[in-house]
Amino acid sequence: MALSLGKDLIGLEELSADQIRLILDTAEPFKEVSERAIKKVPTLRGKTIVNLFFESSTRTRISFEFAEKRLSADTVNVASSGSSVEKGENLVDTARNLESMRIDMVVMRHPSSGAAQFLAKRIRSNVINAGDGTHEHPTQALLDLLTIRDRLGRIEGVKVCICGDILHSRVARSNIWGLVKLGAEVAVCGPRSLMPRGIEGLGVKLFRRIEEAMEWAEVLNVLRLQLERMQAGFIPSLREYNRVFGVTVERLARASRKLLVLHPGPMNRGVEIDSRVADGEQSVILHQVTNGVAVRMAVLYLLAGGNPERAEAAKGQGSSREGAE
Amino acid sequence: MTVAGSRSALLDARAIKRALDRMAKEIISLAGGSEHLVLIGIQRRGVELAERLAHLITEKSGKAVERGALDITLYRDDLETVGPRPLVGQTHLPGELSGKCVIIVDDVLYTGRTVRAALDELADFGRPSRVGLSVLIDRGGRELPIQADIVGKSVDARRGDRVDVLLQEVDGRDAVELVREAS
Repeated sequence: MALSLGKDLIGLEELSADQIRLILDTAEPFKEVSERAIKKVPTLRGKTIVNLFFESSTRTRISFEFAEKRLSADTVNVASSGSSVEKGENLVDTARNLESMRIDMVVMRHPSSGAAQFLAKRIRSNVINAGDGTHEHPTQALLDLLTIRDRLGRIEGVKVCICGDILHSRVARSNIWGLVKLGAEVAVCGPRSLMPRGIEGLGVKLFRRIEEAMEWAEVLNVLRLQLERMQAGFIPSLREYNRVFGVTVERLARASRKLLVLHPGPMNRGVEIDSRVADGEQSVILHQVTNGVAVRMAVLYLLAGGNPERAEAAKGQGSSREGAE
Repeated sequence: MTVAGSRSALLDARAIKRALDRMAKEIISLAGGSEHLVLIGIQRRGVELAERLAHLITEKSGKAVERGALDITLYRDDLETVGPRPLVGQTHLPGELSGKCVIIVDDVLYTGRTVRAALDELADFGRPSRVGLSVLIDRGGRELPIQADIVGKSVDARRGDRVDVLLQEVDGRDAVELVREAS
């Protein structure tokens, strides 16, 4: 196997540009599977996947579940509430118990940064990070990259500005890694209190004013403003945030280029993004959601064949299609 | 006669053309005309061969022939042992298959596992009235009870041999060659 992802998908930081491109290219044919009358292929038949969600999520969990089911895997959903996690069971015990039931993969969302890596080191199953604390959310960034590539035909050289709470955002972090590796120009824009220190060190431009960012960029990726941030005193008020940083129709109209607007959801309409923008022709938010299923199918597929050594060993036995059949 | 580690020609460009010409006629007779015929090539060289056969059939019957492409990667039974193919090709089928005569086109028939996967995939798209199989080379060595209806050339290849089908559209020239590994 020339190029593989290894056992787990923890973040885009660990992946090479070629590995990221491999996932995006593999996602292409999976788009078509979801357009079929029978939206199912038998690729992961007999595999068991556990979706372990220690944080609430609708979109990501459902998107993973569709991806798994369309590949014919058997899936089990475990949410922290109502499970033994509530009784104080620790992460490794939970995972080892699941593994004793002979599962093949774990998709995990967890409030602590580094939780996915921690788990991956301790169990044999493949681990896919579905968001860990403020660390990474790799499949979200991959679907953002795929959407940009679909719409603009390329990623290299594209100017992308990520707007909002960069400090607490795993989506921002994964996007920055992915975009920089694929050769895009990346900027961030948001309140000073929500900018990580030393962000320019990642090869990222910094805009203080949303108008400047819009003049520079071709793509805006507008992050969700976590309402808890206001209570924690990072921003004065939601209305104030909208007045200074909100992506509005008026602001978009003043930009000299026609910008592409992404949002990872769920949206706070009227805070970081206006309804007329979210539902307008420059928004590709629903295209992102569609691509999410394809990207996750690609990741599951690439990890499932999984064990490169075993694959190498089997190659000599002539079951390869190449040239023979 | 082939020597160890050698490459010998099975078909040259003219022989391929002759074989395809005969196969096109046999397909028309199998399908009872070209009206309900759909040619479905298996990625990747099967797609090119289906394209050529469709062209030849159109020349003979005067009617356009429906075509499709099938990538069977997601229907393979050896993901576990061989690992994922880095790139899955596109599958696209021309609308409704029910009531049609579908001819699957591939370059080489060997173990039969690819055809098994193709039949499974086709079943997810509809219920053709008949499904046939047409291959340029039948090299023997079947591991499943699957046979071709229409064959360009049969060869007795050994396990470990490789049959390379080279096509102008993909490889820059037309040829079929037997590659025998040095023992």
